[in-house]
Amino acid sequence: MRIGFYICHCGTNIAGTIDAAAVRDFAAELPGVAVSRDYKYMCSDPGQEMIVQDIRDNKLDRLVVAACSPSLHEETFRKAAAKGGMNSFFFQMVNIREHNAWVHEDKAAATQKAKDQVRAAITRVRFHKALEKKSVPVNANVLVVGGGIAGIHAALTLANAGKTVTLVERDSTIGGHMALFDKTFPTLDCAACILTPKMSAVKNHPNITLWTYSEVSKVEGYVGNYKVTVKRKTRYIKEDLCVGCLDCIEACVFKEPKFRDDFNQGLSKRKPVYMSFPQATPKLVTIDPETCIQLKTGKCRKSCAEACDRKAIDFELKDEMKELEVGAIILATGFSAFDPKRHAYYGYGRYPNVYSALEVERLVNASGPTNGEVVLRDGKHPKAIGIIHCVGSRDEHTNKWCSRVCCMYSLKLAHLLKEHTGAEIYDFYIDMRTPGKTYEEFYDRLLQEGVHFIRGRVAEVNDWAMTPEEEGKLVIRVEDTLAGFVRRIPVDMVVLSQGLEARKDAGDVRRLFNIGCGTEGFFQERHPKLAPVSTFADGIFIAGACQGPKDIPDTVAQAGAAAAEALALVDAGHVELEPNTSHVVEEECCGCKSCVPLCPYSAISFDEAKKKASINEVLCKGCGVCAAACPSGSIRQNLFEDEELFGEIEGVLS
Amino acid sequence: MSEKRRFEPKIVAFFCNWCTYTAADLAGVSRIKYAPNARVIRVMCSGRVDPQFILDAFAKGADGVLLGGCHPGDCHYAEGNYKTLRRMRLLERMLKGMGIEDGRFRLEWISGAEGDKVKVVINDMVEKVRALGPLDLPGRAKGWDKELEALAHGVRKSEDKKEPTHA
Repeated sequence: MRIGFYICHCGTNIAGTIDAAAVRDFAAELPGVAVSRDYKYMCSDPGQEMIVQDIRDNKLDRLVVAACSPSLHEETFRKAAAKGGMNSFFFQMVNIREHNAWVHEDKAAATQKAKDQVRAAITRVRFHKALEKKSVPVNANVLVVGGGIAGIHAALTLANAGKTVTLVERDSTIGGHMALFDKTFPTLDCAACILTPKMSAVKNHPNITLWTYSEVSKVEGYVGNYKVTVKRKTRYIKEDLCVGCLDCIEACVFKEPKFRDDFNQGLSKRKPVYMSFPQATPKLVTIDPETCIQLKTGKCRKSCAEACDRKAIDFELKDEMKELEVGAIILATGFSAFDPKRHAYYGYGRYPNVYSALEVERLVNASGPTNGEVVLRDGKHPKAIGIIHCVGSRDEHTNKWCSRVCCMYSLKLAHLLKEHTGAEIYDFYIDMRTPGKTYEEFYDRLLQEGVHFIRGRVAEVNDWAMTPEEEGKLVIRVEDTLAGFVRRIPVDMVVLSQGLEARKDAGDVRRLFNIGCGTEGFFQERHPKLAPVSTFADGIFIAGACQGPKDIPDTVAQAGAAAAEALALVDAGHVELEPNTSHVVEEECCGCKSCVPLCPYSAISFDEAKKKASINEVLCKGCGVCAAACPSGSIRQNLFEDEELFGEIEGVLS
Repeated sequence: MSEKRRFEPKIVAFFCNWCTYTAADLAGVSRIKYAPNARVIRVMCSGRVDPQFILDAFAKGADGVLLGGCHPGDCHYAEGNYKTLRRMRLLERMLKGMGIEDGRFRLEWISGAEGDKVKVVINDMVEKVRALGPLDLPGRAKGWDKELEALAHGVRKSEDKKEPTHA
């Protein structure tokens, strides 16, 4: 056996802590090592070339590189091995950067640890076997989950590239949070004007199948070959017949709207049969089974059904389960706004004139419940308005992170509220965070417009008047940290700028798709810088605020990136899979069947005639659970065979 | 006299590729510092860890063995970590029977986002195993061999004295 060993300095990242020359000399003495070298950057072209040349000149048949995490450069060195003419699986990587140099300070101990790690790899690599990557065909269709601006943009990009896309949205319409907004910062262009054309484009695109009021309920398969089950909830409307004339809403037995209108954040009421907003896409009505008398009791005149001249209403319709086969999936499931009730001291839910920012978005919206007239819950028009930043952001007690968009949307609301009401606007901020193209200029503009900016975290909102001016008002108590004293500011209306957080069911969704979440609950990207839209599940990508708080430009950019990644995958036509699957050595199998029920993918079957187990390598995902359980040791997992792992154990300990 | 050198336990750590190994990578990227005593062996799933690996690590001189997997319900392979849990509960009873103290073997769920937990767990384990002192199973095994030999010798001697009961 002729092993080549290389240790990377990674500049000073590794060599600053670990004595690379000492590790090199140590490895040179280990049995089987023919070449042992150190180099500043092994991943660079000269570094790789050195390996290629050594394999050829010194007839190396095994390769060990001590450098960074295999998640970064394992592929790089496998390719170098192959280029030199060696089977790329005769290679083992040693992680001495993330797992050693970066986490230890004691240089002697770190160097000793590196030596142990290297000895483990060199002991292990002897047992490596020649393997080939499996190539499997990729289904060219793509599923996009979530119909906000991220999902819309990703679906359109893929569809324009000629791919067949299914867009699944849980709500009765696509549009997401952006459809709630009146204007967008910092340009103040009308949100509907830029969003609704894209919504129509989705609806009308020949390559897009749009399933609203639907949820993904099951995901099976693997990269390039996912089988997805989607639950299409019924609206009790025949979708192909409804033209969205709204006659049924007019005819409903409820003469007046009586139930909470979710789209308007509860600021108005709707009937059991409803359409969220005039530009809802698809333009279909929906019947809410929770409030419809017919659906709840079966005893209604069904005046809505009578009013429909196309006979589109059918109370007998049932939910449907649909199956899809796709090669890639993009998750764009968005965020939840922080519930301001959790900050009880700001009085939301207690004082009617304390509003959440999303409510104010609807209040200032020309198509909102008041047609854009800012009128308070008590019917009055506000003369003074306080906007409080960081409600559920940058807070040890709730969410520690900065939600990135609140400063900017608070400025936008300050501008719109001033424009709509002429009121005095007080804006309470901790720090004004306006990073972005022309964002700071927008802040300047608001300063010019005469909005009062007060730097300080608001302590409390209450209605306890201490002076005659405070009678009948809401009083905001705050320490003005620039002026250096505590102030009481009486206002008529308080706006709470809610932070962004992960959706309540993000945990369920990520389990469904087998991806990870960060500690704050947002979906985890594969690498924060270099793979920001990929996940640990190959073929599943993420875009928009489901990955973390971000504004519309960033969301759209990320959606485009996710679409490009998905396109690169499905356009290639095939994908190579790690050959780390398991197989049964038939002669050694004793036919005990211990392994059969262990496999979560039902990849193991038992041949009753031969009394032997066998593993279907296409179904096997390479966890190795069966290999660990097999009492006769007849199941082998490629790349993780018993002797390889025992070699590693011996290596770290000898 | 110079101060007696502190005992540095040797810990072998089996980390699953998707959660705990990634968490250790994250700890690295975040430059979180922790004790240099653990040597990580990567497996695809904690369910790949055969109890024999753990016994072998102790037999070859490990003072402690750490096994890290995804949190229950979060396994990349759906349920591998449940199988790990089941196996390791049995193994723990066996280790106790062998005189290997609690705390020398530890099973932890560390998700890919919990870089800090890698530090907390490894530091804590190193402290606890340091307090237990060296395990030295290879040394103890030699002692057991001697004991066995003495026993066998005793049996032979007593058998020599007695008449065989049957041919």
